[in-house]
Amino acid sequence: MQPSDKNKLKMFTRRATILSGGMMLLSSALIGRMYYLQVTSRSQYELLAEQNRISMRLLAPKRGEILDRYGRAIATSTTDYRVNVIPEETEGLQETLKTLGEYVPISASDNERIVKAAAKQRSFLPISVANNLDWKTFSNVNVNMPDLPGIQPDVGTSRFYPERELAAHLIGYVGSVSEQELNGDPLLELPEFKIGKNGIEKVLDEKLRGSAGNTKVEVNVLGRVIRELSRQDSISGDDVRLTIDLDIQKFAANRVRDESAAIIVMDVHSGELLGMASTPSFDPNDFNGGISQKKWDSLRGDIRKPLINKAVSGQYSPWSTFKMIVALAALEEGIITAEDTKFCNSRYRIGNRIAHCWNKNGHGHINVIQALSQSCDVYFYDLALEVGIEKIHDMAARFGLGERFNIGIMSEARGINPNNEWKMGNQGVRWQGGDTANVGIGQGFVSTTPLQLAVMGARLVNGGMAVKPKIFFNDEEHETVHENMGISPENLRIVLQGMEDVYNHPRGTAFPYRSRNKDYKLGGKTGTTQVTRISTAERQEGVRKNEEKEWIERDHALFVGYGPVEAPKYSVAVLVEHGGGGSSVASPIARDMLEFLLDRDKEKEIEIPGQEV
Amino acid sequence: MPLSARIGDHKRKSLRQKLAELNWFIVLVIVAIASLGFAMLYSVAGGSIDPWAKNQLIRFLIGLAIMIVIAVIDIRVWMFLAYPFYALALGMLAVVDIMGEMGKGSQRWLDLGFMNLQPSELMKIALVMALARYYHCLSDEDTLKLKSLIKPIILIALPVVLVLRQPDLGTTLLIMMGGIALLFAAGVRMWLFVASFIALIPAVIGAWQFLKPYQKQRVLTFLDPEKDPLGAGYHIIQSKIALGSGGVYGKGFIQGTQSQLNFLPEKHTDFIFTVIAEELGLMGGLSLLSLYFILLAYAMIVSVSVKSQFGRLMILGMVITFFLYMFINIAMVMGLVPVVGVPLPLVSYGGSAMLTLLVGFGFILSAAIHKETSIPRGGAFA
Repeated sequence: MQPSDKNKLKMFTRRATILSGGMMLLSSALIGRMYYLQVTSRSQYELLAEQNRISMRLLAPKRGEILDRYGRAIATSTTDYRVNVIPEETEGLQETLKTLGEYVPISASDNERIVKAAAKQRSFLPISVANNLDWKTFSNVNVNMPDLPGIQPDVGTSRFYPERELAAHLIGYVGSVSEQELNGDPLLELPEFKIGKNGIEKVLDEKLRGSAGNTKVEVNVLGRVIRELSRQDSISGDDVRLTIDLDIQKFAANRVRDESAAIIVMDVHSGELLGMASTPSFDPNDFNGGISQKKWDSLRGDIRKPLINKAVSGQYSPWSTFKMIVALAALEEGIITAEDTKFCNSRYRIGNRIAHCWNKNGHGHINVIQALSQSCDVYFYDLALEVGIEKIHDMAARFGLGERFNIGIMSEARGINPNNEWKMGNQGVRWQGGDTANVGIGQGFVSTTPLQLAVMGARLVNGGMAVKPKIFFNDEEHETVHENMGISPENLRIVLQGMEDVYNHPRGTAFPYRSRNKDYKLGGKTGTTQVTRISTAERQEGVRKNEEKEWIERDHALFVGYGPVEAPKYSVAVLVEHGGGGSSVASPIARDMLEFLLDRDKEKEIEIPGQEV
Repeated sequence: MPLSARIGDHKRKSLRQKLAELNWFIVLVIVAIASLGFAMLYSVAGGSIDPWAKNQLIRFLIGLAIMIVIAVIDIRVWMFLAYPFYALALGMLAVVDIMGEMGKGSQRWLDLGFMNLQPSELMKIALVMALARYYHCLSDEDTLKLKSLIKPIILIALPVVLVLRQPDLGTTLLIMMGGIALLFAAGVRMWLFVASFIALIPAVIGAWQFLKPYQKQRVLTFLDPEKDPLGAGYHIIQSKIALGSGGVYGKGFIQGTQSQLNFLPEKHTDFIFTVIAEELGLMGGLSLLSLYFILLAYAMIVSVSVKSQFGRLMILGMVITFFLYMFINIAMVMGLVPVVGVPLPLVSYGGSAMLTLLVGFGFILSAAIHKETSIPRGGAFA
């Protein structure tokens, strides 16, 4: 070996050793890093890897049903037959849709929507093609599956209201979750999830909703499900049973279908509400998939206010239906007896104005029973001034007027049961004698809801028991004995005689509309709520008849009825907005309602569960 | 006078002798490393030899044959061919560059019909051979002279500029570091490296200006991957999750959730080490590192017993190149260095790198078989 090469080898060996050392140093850095990642930090990265691969998917619970007192469905969840398409499994989306079109009608706009969605989302995600298919169409698709690659028949549930507009105000409706309603509950973020938006659907939403189940699935980076790892089924929502009897509800709603009206039917002993109709109504099924703007506008724009539950939210001056309260207050105070009379010549001076009785010929000398059955205004102007507002107010309060019962449905109004304190608080002015006279015939400041009138009627006829209205069926509470309000039975009998005569005495205001050819009698009280004031000039020229006025100017017709007189069972409150007279319009409705109830009890011998008839 | 006598080779070996002297153990280690690669390619395809494992096996067998052929050919032939080989590689780099200029966009390979060849890969070998030959022919005194550095710097600079223009930062750095390591081994004065290193600092700052936005992004992302977890940092975060969750013994073959569910990017090429670490754990990773260590340790030991400076430098150059591949790739997937796109030697899917490394090892084996062959400074066939 040449000396030069020896030097070169020496140099090479030295330098190669340095490089080898460097390489070993770097390699130990690699090993150190591997140890750090795979041993020291392992658990942390294991967790992250699991988060990557495991995806929790919520399973929507089945919504509870809303049932009538016999368990018949008012709101239910029906099987919804749907067809979806998974673009990546088709042999060309257009061709598949065209083939599917032979079995399921697909509109051009649907077609466009599907193509748009397919372009936007990942190709393994299903796109809805058609919902609410009937069984025949759906089974047709299933049979022809071999010709329809990528088509996925799917069975889901959707809310269905079989009785449609019959109890819409009471039940409400469901709809998609809005942004404001998101509260962090992931269930609400499911795309097809619906929650209660109105009525009982809204009030009892959480009870009806149930709780979500979940399925743990393994997903890949694109979110495609590889397999299911575990599953916890959802828990269906609770059913809600109402005191409503669908047959009664149906009769009530149909009886006033063409009016702007409300009917309440109440069991006078238990307080259970057997029917609660408000018209015009709407079809809650329309709200399921989001109501169309056109329908919504027409509902909102209707002057008859189809979206309002008039039975509990409508507040009206009770007019003559309030007279029982004034009479009872006077009787209880000993101011009058059944025999005491007053004289009505149709005119009554209150301060410096003249008030008129509805009967321009006057009623002559009449006692309290006649004053009720003939609805004399002059008698009650005078009586109210004798009794005083505070006594009237107290009596009205005992009968539930001005009280919100909180029966557990939406927008129950309170009404107004006025007195001096109320007027000072609300208007800052002292109570005047004229105010008392007005309240004496149920006008002026006093206002009530049909529900309150039905409760008043029930408490009058059930022996003065402070029965409370109920809408939710509960077997245990059914037998609850209600507190006796301590009103003299004799005084109650006097007032009830007046109410009986309204239908049954030839001079009673509802005599033409009495029940005929029946082995029972009905009772009640008419009320006609003036919507426009009758001017002096008008009075001289002759009061216009309701038929001559614009609908919106016509009087509201009211009636508080009960039956049978012999052993009262049902209290019925009828309101017809701008219907005309309480006697001519509302009393026949109440009669028909009560006849339906009583005939049905007799003929079918149907026993209300838990109650001895 | 026969050629062998003229160059003083009195122990000329037959092909049979050479094959017998070939270190078959090392060949076996290479086969073992490549087989681990086939297994992992089979795994990341979800348990299928298509589309990667089969192709890779075919390429490997071709490469292995080439390696053995190179190993038994006389090292003097390789020394003789060093410059022409360099010229060829440089020419191909220039062709790629011109094709890029002609509007085909960034392209790094030539279509040879049966495979796409990356000239930059060939250049790694060619540069090592050219530099080895240059220093072989230099006397001790000349080695120390500054002006002797001019030619090697040009040899390094030409491919560096061409590869940087592709642009391929990873390969540029590999070529540059391989070349510098070779100058170091050849005996260039130590202070020059120290001085260059100090001079490098402003150069790096200057070079920063020339980086493409995506290259800058890679460096920035490397420095703080969590800053952009869904964008550029996503790859490295997912890679670390895969590695870390593999633990000591791994999740099992074809059981890696990160790789099988596609959370891992480029799992069959640059990130295949992550798949090994996830499915076979720390043990799998260390086993692979051990195999690499055996290969490199063998080569280093052989290098000091080789009689020719050309052979020694060539071995060292190939070792450094091999090591840089391995180190940068593994360090990259573990988040130690930026993601630069360097494959894992003999394991990652891809033809050019596989061929480069096998050819490189062919030269190492050739130098080992012909270690007794001394070559005069004037040249192999002077």
